[in-house]
Amino acid sequence: MAAADAVAAGQSSGAAVRIEGLTKQFGRSKAVDDVSLDIDPGSFFTLLGPSGSGKTTTLMMVAGFVHPTAGEIFVGGRPVAGLPPQERQLGMVFQNYAVFPHLTVFQNIAFPLEVRRTPGADIRRRVGEMLELVRLSGYEQRLPRQLSGGEQQRVALARALVFRPRVLLMDEPLAALDKNLRTHMQGELKQIQQRLHVTVVYVTHDQEEALTMSDRLAVMNQGRVVQVGTPGELYEAPASLFAARFLGESSFIAGTVVDAGDGSAARMRTGAGVELSGRAASPLRVGQAVLAGIRPEKFLVDGAPAAGMNHSPGRVTGAVYAGDTTRYTVDIGAGEAVTVKLQNQMRARTRAAGDAMALSWHPAETVLFPAEAAAHGG
Amino acid sequence: MIGSEGQRTGLGTLALYGVAGLVLLLLIAPIVIVAIVSFSSAESLTFPPPGFSLRWYERFLALPGWRRALWVSVQVATITMVLATLLGLLASLALVRGRFRGKGIVYAFVLSPMIVPTIITAVALYFFFVRVVGTGSILAMAIGHTVLALPIVVMVIASTLQGFDSRLEMAAFSLGAGRLTTFRRITVPIIAPAVLSAGLFAFLTSFDELLIPLFLAGVEAETLSVRIWNSLLLEVDPMIAAVSTLFVVVTMLVLGISALLRRAGP
Repeated sequence: MAAADAVAAGQSSGAAVRIEGLTKQFGRSKAVDDVSLDIDPGSFFTLLGPSGSGKTTTLMMVAGFVHPTAGEIFVGGRPVAGLPPQERQLGMVFQNYAVFPHLTVFQNIAFPLEVRRTPGADIRRRVGEMLELVRLSGYEQRLPRQLSGGEQQRVALARALVFRPRVLLMDEPLAALDKNLRTHMQGELKQIQQRLHVTVVYVTHDQEEALTMSDRLAVMNQGRVVQVGTPGELYEAPASLFAARFLGESSFIAGTVVDAGDGSAARMRTGAGVELSGRAASPLRVGQAVLAGIRPEKFLVDGAPAAGMNHSPGRVTGAVYAGDTTRYTVDIGAGEAVTVKLQNQMRARTRAAGDAMALSWHPAETVLFPAEAAAHGG
Repeated sequence: MIGSEGQRTGLGTLALYGVAGLVLLLLIAPIVIVAIVSFSSAESLTFPPPGFSLRWYERFLALPGWRRALWVSVQVATITMVLATLLGLLASLALVRGRFRGKGIVYAFVLSPMIVPTIITAVALYFFFVRVVGTGSILAMAIGHTVLALPIVVMVIASTLQGFDSRLEMAAFSLGAGRLTTFRRITVPIIAPAVLSAGLFAFLTSFDELLIPLFLAGVEAETLSVRIWNSLLLEVDPMIAAVSTLFVVVTMLVLGISALLRRAGP
């Protein structure tokens, strides 16, 4: 991709974004509550959360469309919270693309250069490079209404990048696209971001999108940041019940702490009397009610009992075939059930409801959450 | 679905089409008859006409009084269009975008000329202007018509502004454009078809209106509508039909342009 290299050559690399104590109060409720984040230059950072979690309001404060009640935003070390959006020099892609309907593709992408009074020859060259980058060469004279959703999305992306911003903000940019196109665009977006070394701050409620695209992500809930980390850290070691539930899928087994361990490793006993080991998400005490969270693909089935593993007998109550995998609902006694996801390999024995299934899984892949957090955390 | 659709056929449907057809006929018939009579060769208003000719149109164009009235109407309507569109655009922006106390009251106030009987507005304007400029002022009539046209202009433009995606302006800001540049290059072009069609409605409002010029025109500046009114009081000949037909044609043209503009819009 020669165009990308040409664009990358002209691009100053991405800027760091630091958010300090950012708060937005609407009336009595805090839409964003004391959010602090450190975003590395050139990284792909995602704000993930359900609707109403404050992720979009946070992005809008970075963009300059919402005035923070308190806090400061630094872009490349420069405080920008007091600046209007025009002066922040940040690229922005909106959920509905916000492509100017009365302007052609060329005019749309040229717009930020024209308002910067870039000479005409430079505009033509740079718009050309951008069109090549987003694979829309030859579309210069089309109007937005003649484009598909995916194509409009590329125009919006090219327009937000053409003036070489050091940070690109994206508000659920792929939400309106169908599944196949979305997956394809995720790949392309990531590729463009890596080639241009631009810092991306990305907002989505789609956890799969967040996991596959981000270098780091922040899970938000009720205006607060619940957890920040790499996709691996958040998936493997969720710090709260909310994070475990929102990001990926988990089965939760209720029980009581029998050994609080050294603060991180603990033991619990389930209602069925089985003892399990796991990592404590937060400090626990003996006798405390806890929930053990386990991802469905972490279970091993019918293996020889190994030392140091968690074990539980079980009985299949349901099986859903999904092509590559089969998802079993397994009753482990005392009214508890877990979801077990198994690869459909040739030797894998398919099971039907009523079959026994002995489960084992690693304590490192078991996270113990205080159960009282379930009341307000879930 | 098929069952309920099926039940619609038969007598009920026939009655529905019958009533709808009758209503349309009653609406259109007078215009058609007037148009036919305007091409009459007879000396008096008779239907059906004994023969066809263009004599009444020739007569209309030959009489300086009528030509002058047409010119006055065009002037008044054009000034009304400009004034009402400008004021209406600004008022719509304030009413849709602005944040101020008593917005609902201001909106109701702007729309009030639609509710107040025109005759009252006309009388009020008469007593005001007769002291300030006397009768026969084209500008005074245009101002009167602006009052009547403003609600229509505001309704058309405000409804378009309400549907305007403000994210387009946010996108322009994020791309580095200032407020004025954004208004000029993004907002105005996108709402332009609605603004132009609102202007055309203002033109028509003025062009068709009788009461205000009836009070304000005096003898010096009769509009076409006033001239028709006065000549109907004295005599009725097929030339009135010719003038009326011209009126209808102008209205249809303007409405047609407005429809085209709306379709061209985003």
